[in-house]
Amino acid sequence: MKLLIVAGPPSAGKTALIRQVVKKLHHKMKIAFLKIDVVKAFEDLELRKEFNIVARKFYSGDLCPDHAGVMIMGDAVEWAEEKSADLFIVESAGLCLRCSPYVNQGLGIVILSSISGIHAPEKMGAMVSLADIVVVTKIDLVSQAEREVLIQKIREVHPGVTIMETNALQGTSLHKLYQLIENSAEIEQETLVLKGNPPLGTCTICMGKKEVGWKHHFGVIQKLDGQLAEYLYRGE
Amino acid sequence: MIREMTILPGRDKSAAKENYDHITLSTGETISIVGPTGSGKTAFITDIELLAQQDTSTKRTVLINGKTPGDEIRNNPSLKPIVMITQNTKCFADLTTEEFLQIHARARGIEKEKIVDATIELANNFTGEKIKKENRVTVLSGGQTRSLLIADAILIGAAPVILLDEIENAGIFKQEVIKIIQNSGKIVIFVTHDPVIALLTSKRIIMENGAVKMILYRSEFEIRAAQNLLDLDHRVGVIRENLRAGKIITRELIASNFI
Repeated sequence: MKLLIVAGPPSAGKTALIRQVVKKLHHKMKIAFLKIDVVKAFEDLELRKEFNIVARKFYSGDLCPDHAGVMIMGDAVEWAEEKSADLFIVESAGLCLRCSPYVNQGLGIVILSSISGIHAPEKMGAMVSLADIVVVTKIDLVSQAEREVLIQKIREVHPGVTIMETNALQGTSLHKLYQLIENSAEIEQETLVLKGNPPLGTCTICMGKKEVGWKHHFGVIQKLDGQLAEYLYRGE
Repeated sequence: MIREMTILPGRDKSAAKENYDHITLSTGETISIVGPTGSGKTAFITDIELLAQQDTSTKRTVLINGKTPGDEIRNNPSLKPIVMITQNTKCFADLTTEEFLQIHARARGIEKEKIVDATIELANNFTGEKIKKENRVTVLSGGQTRSLLIADAILIGAAPVILLDEIENAGIFKQEVIKIIQNSGKIVIFVTHDPVIALLTSKRIIMENGAVKMILYRSEFEIRAAQNLLDLDHRVGVIRENLRAGKIITRELIASNFI
């Protein structure tokens, strides 16, 4: 089974792009789809209705959606295998920019809208810098010069990444993406590992303690001036 | 180097095949695309800009010098032989004009130091209200944005193929633009509703229902008609600029401007 993980902020065009991928490939491969979201999602219903593919969603509720994504990924891959899918597409909630949902196998795609702002590629951190492919959407809304300025910014954040530009509603210029998906390697469930570093673990703020000021907290604490406490793992 | 560009037929809005064999455009040629709104004019030049390979909504194919262009040319702006001035009169990038142009020059692989100043200077020939390099592109007016993007296309894009989508809009000095672009040895394509621009080009492509309906070549009579229209357009322009400057149109003003 091949794996495609699609990340990107809300309203960037993740679902529109996935729709084009499913439309193009569902005659050739059996596709399973999972949407991870927090409050409400309709993508699974829409894709199932339109293309009659296996689709489901997962609500993370009180849990961080990226955290939830990592937790359920193992089961989800098993579920897709059970449904004998050839291609498993996972759409992330695309909310927090701390983490990225990509794993060491399959393809990780980030969707960036042309109108998301010139600093978006830098601000989105791992979601962009660990992606295999960047798809820039809504290109009909901006000038060619502005598109090229955004692409230059992406290249400066992630040199060598494959970049594509599209109007995802029409599915313009996506031949190469379909090829890359079709030619991607099969995944091995036992050796799936997150590409990025997870965030620091639970602290009292994560637990819901509301007092203000570091003296009232333990776990990950930070003063206004100075470093995190020395004995804590700080991530990379 | 680009010598010619070929556009092979795609499909119209009812999915019927377009009724032409191929359209070939050669260096130095100017072409206009005309037709009612919604007839597929912008889609036609967008196909050229994206170097369509049957992967756009029109299913057209674009060849360079008779050959399929490589992936690298399609995806790397610094190699792209085409600049397009779209109808956009808005920039979303939160950058100053100077930063915007600097990044675009980097994207296009241009290292000339003075390029930013030269581009702003050229843009200011097309617009009444001057652009300063510390202005943020997000707050430029529609006409200023248009002027900047045109100057950017000419100097920073600096490509052998230039596509212009309705440059007559947004109140810029279109004659200035046409003067600079024509006779530049480039392939120049205007999408236009403006009769002056349409008659200034040697070839006209007529669009209907998403497809090329026919291709016309300018007649001798049309060349003379174009000259008359240019004079007329110049007169309208003089009155417009006087009105813009708060002047009152008088018999004397008319007499001193139009002999």
